[in-house]
Amino acid sequence: MLQSQTGYVSIAVVSVVVTLMGLAILAINYVLGPRRQNAVKMATFECGSDPIGGARNRFSVKFYLVAIFFIVFDIESVFMYPWASLYREMIVEPGFGMSTFVEMFVFVGILGAGLAYIWRRGALDWD
Amino acid sequence: MHITGNLLLDTILMAAVKMVGFVFVFVMGLATVLTWTERKFSAVLQNRIGPNRANIGKMRAGGLFHMIADPIKMLTKEDFTPDTPNPYLFRIAPVLALIPALLVFVVIPFGPGDNFQISGVDAGILFIFGIASLNVYSSVIGAWASNNKWSLMGGLRISAQMISYEVAIGLSLCGIFMIYGSVDLQQIVIGQGTTFWGFIPAWGIFLQPLSFILYLTCAIAENKRAPFDVGEAEAELTAGWWTEYSAMGFAVLALSEFIEVVMIGCLGTTLFLGGWQIPGVQGSTPGIIVLQIGAFILKTLILVWLQLTIRWTLPRFRYDQVMRLGWRILLPLALANLVLTGVVLAVIDRF
Repeated sequence: MLQSQTGYVSIAVVSVVVTLMGLAILAINYVLGPRRQNAVKMATFECGSDPIGGARNRFSVKFYLVAIFFIVFDIESVFMYPWASLYREMIVEPGFGMSTFVEMFVFVGILGAGLAYIWRRGALDWD
Repeated sequence: MHITGNLLLDTILMAAVKMVGFVFVFVMGLATVLTWTERKFSAVLQNRIGPNRANIGKMRAGGLFHMIADPIKMLTKEDFTPDTPNPYLFRIAPVLALIPALLVFVVIPFGPGDNFQISGVDAGILFIFGIASLNVYSSVIGAWASNNKWSLMGGLRISAQMISYEVAIGLSLCGIFMIYGSVDLQQIVIGQGTTFWGFIPAWGIFLQPLSFILYLTCAIAENKRAPFDVGEAEAELTAGWWTEYSAMGFAVLALSEFIEVVMIGCLGTTLFLGGWQIPGVQGSTPGIIVLQIGAFILKTLILVWLQLTIRWTLPRFRYDQVMRLGWRILLPLALANLVLTGVVLAVIDRF
């Protein structure tokens, strides 16, 4: 095992312990808590009246739209991280610095144009 | 550090020791105290007395024993599953909230050097983003599996809100990466150890004030607390996606929320308040290291206090206002901040 991989071993250790802890808390509760169930108690809460149908209803398509925007914009912003963390090293390189600088404007411009487009098309309206 | 000589065993042992120290004692301890602080804080602001009943003998300690009494009570209550087609998904959702909330602390540098950071992976902030965004699964799975209309509406709102603000939070921190030239949190903290103009510490909050405001706003929105609590809006949706949760399932969800409050404080301290750096104090003697860890904790507490104040003094947003703020104001501002930082850095570094 390489020295550089030890960080991921630590992450694995913590994630296993944390998962077990979460399950253990719920298991303790399962053992200690009482268990008296009846049909009225099991019914989902609907302000005290009998529930009408299940919750597997249709919902607004707007939420899908937001999810698609998220995928587009989040991936684009992830592309900026390597560029951002190398920016100061690259910008002082002779002959190479200006292209680093201009490429950012092109990329941010494309991102901004996408935002302006969905904005103009009314996709960000919630009325 | 070498204990057994085997690198794998050493790593596992050290990770376990640091995890107990930082995650369980500091983070979980602070989150538990916050369950009491939040109630007492709101009581003080609203001119009430707040929790004061739990006692040991005659001792009440200002209601401080409520943070012991509450878990005991929650553990002995019926953890009840509603009439749902997905009982196992319903049960697992609180655990899915707890895992990412605690896991992000592995890359936070609590002090100088490797000994005060559980895992020194160079991905740093990318790991935090990757894990923290898993939180949305807990809300969506819990809401869907509750088979409750209020829960479903709350879950849908939360999912759209969380992913909207994730875009803005990611872009708002790009300025910090550009200035300090790294996504490794320890490197960012070390980069904040210098000063500029002779006396102002080169902390993120002074170099990137707009980025700090964007980060804090987006982080509170990510954590779904008021003024962004549209997913568990008591006035409209009963308790939103928490409606069907009881006993420890509910307690774990509430605890993860407080753990995330601590996490926002820790990450904000690391990125914007100089982490463990104390201006003018350098060196690596044990005394200075203790002071620096104390400085980290103090800064974290300040940011936690700020979040509590925001939560109890600002009125809630309506849902369309939340979405408008995220996409139409914070996202363009984050892009503008990025461009401005790029231009200023190019001018400073090249001329």
